[in-house]
Amino acid sequence: MQDAILSSESSMQDTKNVVVSTVVEARSLSLRFQTNDGHVDALSDIDLTIESGNFVSFIGPSGCGKTTLLRVIADLEQPTGGSIEVNGVSAEQARLSRAYGYVFQAASLYPWRTIANNVALPLEIMGLDRKERKARIKKNLELVNLAGFEKKYPWQLSGGMQQRASIARALAVEPDLLLMDEPFGALDEIVRDHLNEQLLKLWDKTNKTVVFVTHSIPEAVFLSTHIVVMSPRPGRIIDIIESNLPRDRGLDIRETPDFLSIAQRVREGLRQGHSYED
Amino acid sequence: MNALTNMGSTEKGLSLIAAVASLLSLLLYLPDTNKEAVYGLALPLFCIIGLLTAFALYRYRQARDHKLLGGVAVGLISFFGAWALLQSLGITETASGKVGPSFWLAAIAAWALAWLGVERLAAVSVHNKWLQGLLRVTIPVLFGVWLLVIWELATRGFEVPQVLLPSPSAIGARFVSSTAILWVDFKQTFLKAVLIGYAMGCTSGFVVALLIDRSSFLKRGLLPIGNLVSALPVIGVAPIMVMWFGFDWPSKAAVVVIMTFFPMLVNTVAGLSASDTMQNDLMKTYAANYWQSLFKLRLPQAMPFIFNALKINSTLALIGAIVAEFFGTPIVGMGFRISTEVGRMNVDMVWAEIAVAAIAGSVFYGLITLIERMSTFWHPSFR
Repeated sequence: MQDAILSSESSMQDTKNVVVSTVVEARSLSLRFQTNDGHVDALSDIDLTIESGNFVSFIGPSGCGKTTLLRVIADLEQPTGGSIEVNGVSAEQARLSRAYGYVFQAASLYPWRTIANNVALPLEIMGLDRKERKARIKKNLELVNLAGFEKKYPWQLSGGMQQRASIARALAVEPDLLLMDEPFGALDEIVRDHLNEQLLKLWDKTNKTVVFVTHSIPEAVFLSTHIVVMSPRPGRIIDIIESNLPRDRGLDIRETPDFLSIAQRVREGLRQGHSYED
Repeated sequence: MNALTNMGSTEKGLSLIAAVASLLSLLLYLPDTNKEAVYGLALPLFCIIGLLTAFALYRYRQARDHKLLGGVAVGLISFFGAWALLQSLGITETASGKVGPSFWLAAIAAWALAWLGVERLAAVSVHNKWLQGLLRVTIPVLFGVWLLVIWELATRGFEVPQVLLPSPSAIGARFVSSTAILWVDFKQTFLKAVLIGYAMGCTSGFVVALLIDRSSFLKRGLLPIGNLVSALPVIGVAPIMVMWFGFDWPSKAAVVVIMTFFPMLVNTVAGLSASDTMQNDLMKTYAANYWQSLFKLRLPQAMPFIFNALKINSTLALIGAIVAEFFGTPIVGMGFRISTEVGRMNVDMVWAEIAVAAIAGSVFYGLITLIERMSTFWHPSFR
């Protein structure tokens, strides 16, 4: 009896190990935009593997293709060369099977819907019933500290609250993969720190895979298990830095030598990318 | 600060005008020997009150605490002036005399006081919701009534021939005495041709816009032609519609359909492409199908455009139906009445029909605006 329980436990352990799989796999990926005056290499020769449970940040100066790379993963942009697989299938199939939740730079809430109904939007499209929708709205609005604002309209809320609502909307889909494009870029530092902490807790609790675009070094180092440093013209990966910081970290970790040394490495990577232009 | 001083100078000027005009009117009134038979006593009484008011306003124009009270008082005094002017105009007309400079000076004084009243009321800022609503109605009503008063005074005082421009009172009298005819015409033109044509034109424009949106062939082929046609004066097809659909209201409804179709088409197509890239991308990340993103994103986003077309079309439909009746109709209808009564020199009847059209058009437009406000409450222009 005891044995049986043990073995079932160990088999659960096994399945958990099996779950650690490749979520995003990009092989010599490139994307070239055709414009009226020639072409722009937005992405060039990108090789990237993201394992499940990772928190991966793309960092780089504007125009380095970090958003484009995220959009390729989300199948909002089609690569012109190389291959991209999400969850072992093509990016398009992954999108059609609603494999990810996407948080845009702006909240992009629909002004004619209340906060609750904005969160309900993807759930309606997925065809969930009323009861399930209500439960998920409640749960996710609580998660981003917006309980009590269900009946408000987006334009009655501050920018930070709107962005939190848009995160709740992405989370309500309950995706295993969360794609976030500079979600806190327009917010002030205090709100940003707070949301970073919440996001980290959420990630730690749910074991989701997060791909996060930012141009802030402290934000990238604080959040990530892997930091992908990118550089512009053509958009390419300079360095991938694995962080040895513990999964469970508080804001004061930013003062530790470990943190500072990782930040230093990121900064050097960014500088190296820039030296091309001088 | 600048606005305040400007307003101050306007008030200063107006109260000066009112004071000088009423004083001169009094001075000219006194030497007139036959004054009571010509003007009555109301006019000099108004001149005295007007003079005092204007003086008080000029003297205490800096006291801005009682704008509401002051505005209402000045407005009422100006209405008393209007009444006095009309009264003396009636006396003069029965005595078959002509109004003189004293009368016109009093009219200028009353008009200046009315302007002052509106000016004061427009500057009032109250926080009571009911009072705000009342003010929003009062100011345009005051303005509109004074427009009618000036019209009345000018047409009767200058003895403008009826054929050129009848006075509002004559139009009103004609309106009241021929409500039966007006109602029959209204039924024929508005309730049948306008409403039916409007509904058909707007619906078909909307449906075709949805079809165009789905097919790039139609979008590239039909839409430029639609833009072209919506710029044409389609009212020119009215005689052809009469040949196709006969003399009764269906031919007028057809004209209305043609006139309203293209504005709705062009606006709806524009509205359907009004959603921004991020909103569309959002729908894409949810793997939403065409109908889902149409109903949940693009149609709500297009609503302001669609209502715009509905509002434009409400006036176009009325114009279309009335003018189409000029080209052949059974002996009923607003357009028919206008064209025949003009021929018989019954211009007051023409104006009565115009008044009906104006009232119907405004109510129609107002209703659409009301629905618009309720359904696009979220739009930055309303919230």
